[in-house]
Amino acid sequence: MTPAPSPEVLQAPLIVEFPFTRSLGPVQSAFLTGLRTRTVLGVRTTDGRVLMPPVEYDPVTADELSDLVEVAPTGTVTTWAWNPAPRRGQPLDTPFAWVLVRLDGADTALLHVLDAPGPDAVRTGMRVRIRWAGERVGAITDIACFEPYDGAEGGEAVPHSGEFTDPVTGIVAPARLDYTYAPGRAQSRYLKALADHTIRGERCPSCRKVYVPPRGACPTCGVATDEQVEVGPRGTVTTFCIVNIKARNLDIEVPYVYAHIALDGAGLALHGRVGGIPYEQVRMGLRVEPVWSEDSRYPDHYRPTGEPDADYDTYKELL
Amino acid sequence: MREVAIVAFGQSDHRRDSAEVSEVEMLMPVLHEVLDAVGLRAGEIDFTCSGSSDYLAGRAFSFTMALDGVGAWPPISESHVEMDGAWALYEAWTRLLTGEAETALVYSYGKSSPGDLREVLTRQLDPYYVAPLWPDSVSLAALQAQALLDAEDAEDTVADERALAAVAARSRTAAEDNPHAQVTGSPPPEALLGDPYLVRPLRRHDCPPVGDGAAAVVLAAGDTARRLCHRPAWIRGMDHRTEAHSLGVRDLTRSPSTRLAAERAGAFEAPADLAELHAPFTSQELILRRELGLGEGVRVNPSGGALAANPMMAAGLIRLGEAAAAIHRGAADRALAHATSGPCLQQNLVAVLEGDVL
Repeated sequence: MTPAPSPEVLQAPLIVEFPFTRSLGPVQSAFLTGLRTRTVLGVRTTDGRVLMPPVEYDPVTADELSDLVEVAPTGTVTTWAWNPAPRRGQPLDTPFAWVLVRLDGADTALLHVLDAPGPDAVRTGMRVRIRWAGERVGAITDIACFEPYDGAEGGEAVPHSGEFTDPVTGIVAPARLDYTYAPGRAQSRYLKALADHTIRGERCPSCRKVYVPPRGACPTCGVATDEQVEVGPRGTVTTFCIVNIKARNLDIEVPYVYAHIALDGAGLALHGRVGGIPYEQVRMGLRVEPVWSEDSRYPDHYRPTGEPDADYDTYKELL
Repeated sequence: MREVAIVAFGQSDHRRDSAEVSEVEMLMPVLHEVLDAVGLRAGEIDFTCSGSSDYLAGRAFSFTMALDGVGAWPPISESHVEMDGAWALYEAWTRLLTGEAETALVYSYGKSSPGDLREVLTRQLDPYYVAPLWPDSVSLAALQAQALLDAEDAEDTVADERALAAVAARSRTAAEDNPHAQVTGSPPPEALLGDPYLVRPLRRHDCPPVGDGAAAVVLAAGDTARRLCHRPAWIRGMDHRTEAHSLGVRDLTRSPSTRLAAERAGAFEAPADLAELHAPFTSQELILRRELGLGEGVRVNPSGGALAANPMMAAGLIRLGEAAAAIHRGAADRALAHATSGPCLQQNLVAVLEGDVL
């Protein structure tokens, strides 16, 4: 496991999760629909080989392929690897062998898993057959796994129309990856300061610009920002827009104002919501200050300070 | 053809976890190291190209954050590959060959520590037939290793588990001289064979360490290269080739893409005295040695190679950098550098580097 980080390093869980929705071409559609009906299809190449799993273009000649054939659900292991510790998402939750299997009638091999009692029960050249999933939907996981088989060998590949009723035309492939996000030194310092209701930038040692939020590098000079600078809390609205679309899961009434705000002492503007003033009265040059709600780790919004508006020349470089 | 050389190389220390620094914070000292070596400032480089992967970071367009480290304002001429930095170097090399640039900065980085690398790498697989099974990267390499162990025609390769352990022991012992390596030192091969399997037939020593790291090189053309470096590592040829993505249509015991890339790069025109091979798994080194025709006279991976440090997206660029650095310091005259990407040596790049006769 990852060693425990030093206390000054911020970390938080980050989950990236997508239900990838993919459409299928004619060959993939026939293959996956076939699995639903326990039919295994390959595709014949122009030079007579049978590719299984089938693809739409020959990986050697790049010829377009569509000559579907049915192969046997039995085959031979061409290589294997014993996995003693199944991981999330893998087909079996007990120790199993990864296998490449050349099905009878095919010339290429399919990657899948083999249910076997242990590594001593697996060898290259062993005979196996498909164990079908109880519920089949038209996906590679309709093959639950392979299992050892000592019956007769399947025959040659035979032509198949590839036509099925209600063909599968797409798949949904859920993907989830778990990360531990660590923002690094500069952003950790910024976030820690925010928790104390202070806003901290970092100054470039070369051009002297103060970046907020700091990311550790000056994008103009390409050097590390080093000096910590407290900025604000007051600042100036440099530009803004009026938002009329209510965001899902966001408890803010529309219309509201979203603005770029140059905090005093900062070399560039950050963004925030402006409240405490009717939206039509927000203007460039408006002087604002952050409003922190109870237990908040960032400003809820910015409100007018009541000062006279800032002169345009004081913020024109920060637009 | 225009002469182009690697004139500077730098790399970070490779570590299991670098949570205290962001990607750009990890990268920046390396960028400064190579720029200082040639006396250039960010902004004086004609072309910049990088390699990295959003899937390692878990964030879209993550490479844009690292751009802060090269001073991307005012705008620079820049490109990015979602691959190992070796392929970014290839792009920069072609850019210099066209004459549009005199100098190029190439960098790459990867932090594997935030995620589970074996799962992350499943996302580069065929999404229809393979990725839904979540076959992890070690398991796929194990399928290739078993195929090699089973091969009957391995007359010029002694492919047994002891041969695999010997590769691990030699690499990690060599890494004792590499201050950046993540894993250094090894018991003898016989002792390694007593360890349990991780995914049979691979034991832990057959697999690369998972870690974070960054690397950078500076390329320069012709007289500019001679001005920036006292012994430039001239790129005499470079080529990259790919194979079918489906493992079941490939002979996993061979690497025809490596052989073809090497042939096109001119690797077989004269013997090399050093080779830096990107072989994350021990079995892959045996396959690559055979395809490249490397005999006993060639020093292979004196840096320790990917078995000593394999920062994703940087380990291939590091092979080019290590080979070039050996030429810079006069430790090699003609070197091969190899980088791989994808499962089971799917894509391979080979470069031939030479130093002027001293």
